[in-house]
Amino acid sequence: MCEHCGCTVTGGNAHLLEAGTPGASRTVEVLEGLLAANDRAAAHNRAHLARHGVAAVNLMSAPGSGKTALLEATIEALAGELRIAVVEGDLATEKDAERIRARGVPAVQIATGTACHLDAHLVHRALHELDLAAVDLLLIENVGNLVCPAAFDLGQHRSVALVSVPEGDDKPAKYPVLFRAADLVLVSKCDLLGVLDGFDPAAVERHVRALASAAPVWRVSARTGEGLGRWCGWLRALVAEVHAGAAAATR
Amino acid sequence: MHELALCRALLAQAERIAAAHGAHAVRRVELRVGPLSGAVPELLRAAFAVARAGTCAQEAELVVHEGAIEVECEACGARGPAATPNRLHCPACGGWRTRVVAGDELLIERVELALAPRAREGGAEHV
Repeated sequence: MCEHCGCTVTGGNAHLLEAGTPGASRTVEVLEGLLAANDRAAAHNRAHLARHGVAAVNLMSAPGSGKTALLEATIEALAGELRIAVVEGDLATEKDAERIRARGVPAVQIATGTACHLDAHLVHRALHELDLAAVDLLLIENVGNLVCPAAFDLGQHRSVALVSVPEGDDKPAKYPVLFRAADLVLVSKCDLLGVLDGFDPAAVERHVRALASAAPVWRVSARTGEGLGRWCGWLRALVAEVHAGAAAATR
Repeated sequence: MHELALCRALLAQAERIAAAHGAHAVRRVELRVGPLSGAVPELLRAAFAVARAGTCAQEAELVVHEGAIEVECEACGARGPAATPNRLHCPACGGWRTRVVAGDELLIERVELALAPRAREGGAEHV
């Protein structure tokens, strides 16, 4: 009967029994972020960019909000002043990178295949295709998507979210996670405000504040140039800040 | 939509932990997922069922603890629950300048490992 009650188990042979028991287990406390590997890669990107004194901005929005058009207008406005490079994220095609290269700016296209967002590893690979010594400002156009890009740190210094006038002013309330991650919110295609009178820019700001975010909410139009001066000023200030940091680090 | 990518990252971590402890399988993974994390527990569970195939966690159970959002007011110092993920105002004074102190977690809390033959210690420990 001893094989049933366990009275033959001693300190010397207990491990034999335990090893053969399907129930033997160990619980390990982890308390690590699910995205720890991505976050490590993002920190690596940030250090890499800092070493070269490159300021990086992550642009996020829904597809068709005018990210590429804003980049084109920005490149034109800052031509001869800041050396810009662009990383383009899309599921497929080189179309956006070709639009940027046509403006004389180096652009790396990341085709994510089926992935709905950029991650730090993809951006890391793209960084190695660029001559960072010849870049002041890196603009990263994330995959058009208001959900997933928010979860992945790329190693950028600032994040910008765009909401275009045709989309409606309630986007920040509908996609709180992404808009909460933005350091600046741009209301793009603001030249359409006169046509689409249902859009209230003040409502965008109210929704952003409800996310406990102090991010400025500014209007821009790549078509008319409205707001580009302020946006470019913001980019200049960021480049100066990152340059100063890089200079301080090498002293 | 990115829950499959999250599960792949989760399984890579679980496999590393299992290997480090000489375990041959992962029996259970417990996550803490806040409403402001951007991940949807239901989609995580569905993605996990697909992603775990062929890994050492292929029979593992996924447990998702869903936390609540808590904010601390920078103006009045009050601390309490937020109404919804898109209304993070102070529950006391109604001000918008608050700090999220809970609710944006995306954490692996613990994993339960099936011990490989010859392993015999039990109990919990930190990695």
